[in-house]
Amino acid sequence: MTGDMLLAILGGIQWTVLLTLTSLAIGVLLGAGLCAMRTSGIRLLDLTACGLILGLRAVPPIVWLFLIFFGVGSGIVQVSAFQAAAVGLGLITAANMAEIFRGALAAVHRGQWEAARALSLPARWRMLDVIAPQLLRVSLPSIASYAIGLLKDTAIASTLGVPEIAFQATHVSQMTFQGLATFAFAGCLYIALSIPVAWASRWADQRMRSRVAR
Amino acid sequence: MNETFAFWQQTLPSLLDGFYLSLQVTGASLLLGIPLGLLLALGLRSRQLLLRAPLLALIEVGRGASVIVLLQFVYFGMPTAGFTFSAFVSVTIAFTWCTAAYTSEILRAGMEAVPQGQREAAQALRLNGLDTLRLIILPQGLPISIPALLGFAILMLQASSLAFVVALPEVMSKAQLVGSNTFQYMPIFILVALMFAAICIPATVVVGHLERRLSRHF
Repeated sequence: MTGDMLLAILGGIQWTVLLTLTSLAIGVLLGAGLCAMRTSGIRLLDLTACGLILGLRAVPPIVWLFLIFFGVGSGIVQVSAFQAAAVGLGLITAANMAEIFRGALAAVHRGQWEAARALSLPARWRMLDVIAPQLLRVSLPSIASYAIGLLKDTAIASTLGVPEIAFQATHVSQMTFQGLATFAFAGCLYIALSIPVAWASRWADQRMRSRVAR
Repeated sequence: MNETFAFWQQTLPSLLDGFYLSLQVTGASLLLGIPLGLLLALGLRSRQLLLRAPLLALIEVGRGASVIVLLQFVYFGMPTAGFTFSAFVSVTIAFTWCTAAYTSEILRAGMEAVPQGQREAAQALRLNGLDTLRLIILPQGLPISIPALLGFAILMLQASSLAFVVALPEVMSKAQLVGSNTFQYMPIFILVALMFAAICIPATVVVGHLERRLSRHF
């Protein structure tokens, strides 16, 4: 392994991180919407969201990515590899986030809803000021472990040609015929990237816990 | 619409061949990986650091590295070290590694869920370590792990589509081939998505049902 090879693979980090963050952001936003639909109490919305979640999770990520990149992209709209990967992974993340949020919602004590209503807080502030902060605290560990899984799943985007870590590794191994060292390094890089995420999540969790602890 | 159905009818046999191969790869990896995962979980309970350290490394890499990178490591990397495997064998090795790493955690959690009193009772009856495991821990711990193992099996079936990157002629490779020959990318990948959905949606519902039933008893 020469320095050039290492640098080439390290250059993929920014795309891996950018793709992870973009899909996570799409997933959290859409997931919150799906969760709202599921818990709306309106049967039609609930069933639609339920079907969407099942369907999104039943199809492998690579199939979604190809469907969006080649299927949608070869038709009316132009889709770049990065956009296709971010939307595809974002949609799958949304389905999983909806389930995470729904689980966390059940963990927020009923008394919190009732107290907010007793104070006659408007519905919007009841959600934003009372429920959402607690929701975030409860769901943060699950979101972080999902984010680590997502970080690894972004490697699938290499099949579309997004120049992230796995793509760079493939490229380097084809140039140098040193597949063993190249892919071992790429593998370690994913592990190394996931460590700070786990660490930050534990730190944030502890901080938020200590602030509400009695 | 009729055109699409005609196209699907025409390409379905080839895709089903590919899907059968995906199922084979998944089945082989689960059959090899789950027993290996059990061995890893048991090995981690050993007090010997020299045994524990390499096993832990095996698990952490299997769980921490991307499946697609593991796959390429075995298929493109191992030949550099003098081991060349066919695509099918490479995929099976990589997926078995991944399965063993994940299921070792699932099985460990299952075994830890067996109440401590059971262990103490076994000790009081002077059962030796192997008998405690065989007669007391595993019969109670394995059923607890079953929903999680089935959930993992569904994820593995989905992951088998990644074998595409080493040109194993499974369902994704077949679909990509059809797509690049006909430029009918949209219909062909929708067909693939429907095939996965047809298996994974019912399976997910059943696993969810099992999970709820089991959690009622504990």
